[in-house]
Amino acid sequence: MKNFMKEITTGLRLTATLVILLCGIYPIVTLVIGQAFFPAQADGSLLIRHGAINGSELIAQSFSGPRYFHPRPSCAGTGYDVLHSGGSNLGPTSAAWLESVKARATVYRQENGLSADVLIPADAVTASGSGLDPDISFQNAQLQVSRVARARGLREEVIWAKIQAVAEGRTLWILGEPRINVLRLNMDLDNQL
Amino acid sequence: MNIFGWIQLALFCGVLLALTKPIGLYLVRVLDVQGKTFLDPALKPVELFLYRFCRIDPAYEQNWKQYSLSLGVFSLIGIVFTYALLRLQAFLPLNPQHFPGLPPDLAFNTAISFATNTNWQNYGGESTMSYASQMVALTFHNFVSSAAGIAIAAALVRGISRRETQALGNFWADLIRTTLYLLLPSSLIFAVVLISQGVVQNLNPYTVSDCLEQAVSGVSPKQTIVQGPLASQEAIKMLGTNGGGYTNANSSHPFENPTPLSNFLEMLAIFLIPSGLTWYLGRIVGNQRHGWAVWTAMMMLFLCAVVFCWWAESHGNPRLAALRIDIASGNMEGKEVRFGIFNSALFATVTTDASCGAVNAMHDSFTPLGGLVPLVNILLGEVVFGGVGAGLYGMLIFVLLSVFLAGLMVGRTPEYLGKKIEAYDIKLCVLVLLALIFPILGFSAWASVATWGLAGRNNLGPHGLSEIFYAFASGAGNNGSAFAGLNGNTPWYNTTLAVAMLSGRFLMIVPILALAGNLARKKLIPASSGSFPVSGGTFTVLLVSTVLIVGALTFFPALALGPIVEHFIMTASTAAF
Repeated sequence: MKNFMKEITTGLRLTATLVILLCGIYPIVTLVIGQAFFPAQADGSLLIRHGAINGSELIAQSFSGPRYFHPRPSCAGTGYDVLHSGGSNLGPTSAAWLESVKARATVYRQENGLSADVLIPADAVTASGSGLDPDISFQNAQLQVSRVARARGLREEVIWAKIQAVAEGRTLWILGEPRINVLRLNMDLDNQL
Repeated sequence: MNIFGWIQLALFCGVLLALTKPIGLYLVRVLDVQGKTFLDPALKPVELFLYRFCRIDPAYEQNWKQYSLSLGVFSLIGIVFTYALLRLQAFLPLNPQHFPGLPPDLAFNTAISFATNTNWQNYGGESTMSYASQMVALTFHNFVSSAAGIAIAAALVRGISRRETQALGNFWADLIRTTLYLLLPSSLIFAVVLISQGVVQNLNPYTVSDCLEQAVSGVSPKQTIVQGPLASQEAIKMLGTNGGGYTNANSSHPFENPTPLSNFLEMLAIFLIPSGLTWYLGRIVGNQRHGWAVWTAMMMLFLCAVVFCWWAESHGNPRLAALRIDIASGNMEGKEVRFGIFNSALFATVTTDASCGAVNAMHDSFTPLGGLVPLVNILLGEVVFGGVGAGLYGMLIFVLLSVFLAGLMVGRTPEYLGKKIEAYDIKLCVLVLLALIFPILGFSAWASVATWGLAGRNNLGPHGLSEIFYAFASGAGNNGSAFAGLNGNTPWYNTTLAVAMLSGRFLMIVPILALAGNLARKKLIPASSGSFPVSGGTFTVLLVSTVLIVGALTFFPALALGPIVEHFIMTASTAAF
């Protein structure tokens, strides 16, 4: 019993000291270093436009008008809700999921004036894991170019140049996938045209 | 399945291989109370202060019962501490979003979940947890539950290598040294690297931002952007194979895993310490080839799983082909564009081979065979590299069973590294397996016929069974990943999952420490021509087979009713649920 009480004393004291070290000092030191060297990233990679915060470069924003490139569908909350990140969590034989993909494909074809036999890239009609995926694939962007060009009264080559400017390749030519950040692309279009 | 995937896989395995010995060497020093490390000038005073303040004599070595008692007492204190903090959240500082306290069943489930290194989450972090809860109540366990796992693995390895003694080391010293010299510095460095990639680290309230596209009314719609101390938690979440996300979407969230580079490093961080521990094993038992044989067996199981999962996911869902959707780009539901199919399959395999449970894609939306891989990984006991410490002690159970089976086959008393393996040892091994199997199959069976169980499903049909099965596998396996459609935040699920997690942790650890104690007690017998060598091809293949046979015999029927039948429904019919 005496041994047991001693163990409890040790456990309590160790818990108290480790809480100070691991839950106080460690995150604060991380915060100080992060804010000193990477202040923009540490604060959420926020995009400022005309003095106002216009979202985060890393977080998808909802776009539905023809003048803008559209991000992937989102199941975060009611859509692009940063407070409720997450995916559909529906499986490959879910009737609800198959219906929603079908509906999204129909809308996507209508919006972009695609004929029924054009293959739609999978990322355009499926929801991402976070619901906040900021990127779309090249194929997805390609199919949206003529719509955006028409709505903005621009030639398609101009839009293409903007896409090339924000496109990201594989990191170090190896890691990840090529992608286009939708918010940055749309912001570039608004800023300079 | 393109060339870039193969290159990334080769790179991942190559870097892991290259880091295994350096980490193992460092572990040898950290897990020796007298060991010297290059961090001694900075951290030795802290270590000595902790011993003095907490009244610990690091030179005093405990027997297996004392070691278990210290672990149990420390875990219990942590559970009560976290439970209290979560309940009282509303009254504590660092709560800029004014989240209320958690209800009792959710706080109980969460406290158990983090204390058992599971990090199963029945809540969405960004809409439930204050900064104080994330930073203190949860991060505390991220460190100490993984340090405790490493301590137990060290105790078992000492039991194997020592003879005619009761001493297994000092739990408190192992815990403190692992935390101070290994987890804390590596987390600090990793957290800063993550911030450079875009992981958030601040204490600001959530940012309310304008949206670029004007609403029709001319008023700009708003978007609330989550902030908080993410990076510090993210780093230890991966290095300690905890896996509890700061946000609901876990490592698929751009703030937790913003770039392909952060993704690569996060996966590497999961396997780093478990891989190093195999080298530690080899060094301590004085048979480095044995350590590498265990590593090779793990690598074989890992590669099979990755390639199979990648294959399944890259073929996409044939149901979508009829809608003229390009299934050649794979099954993108629940996946992020920056990671793509390969990195999602790799992450899913790594996180379930280890008992991490972080996800960068939603396993619930994987194809049936793609989702089978993480599920099977968990059911095999998460011994493929495995959780920090937990992976090694789990695999050593299978090593003993392999040696035992080899002994049966040739009709000799089995030996392992000069120790006779007797009935008592094998009974303990089986007890460890049962602590995993019983809660998984028992609770899954119960939940799949009970109203409370069926009510939690997000999917119907065989996929609904997979959701339930995955939940209890993940709980008892202390993994923490999920077929996340399942709504587990009900009193029934919160309680049953907590029991499964406790069983998978403590009912496993106690027999393992008893085993360590029993092995340490034994005499060493000299190797003879009849001793079964625990290195080389024969041993490695036997070890892999043992892991697969035990897993398959136990769980195949349940798997057949879930993902396997769903695969045939998906490919050979038009039925939907």
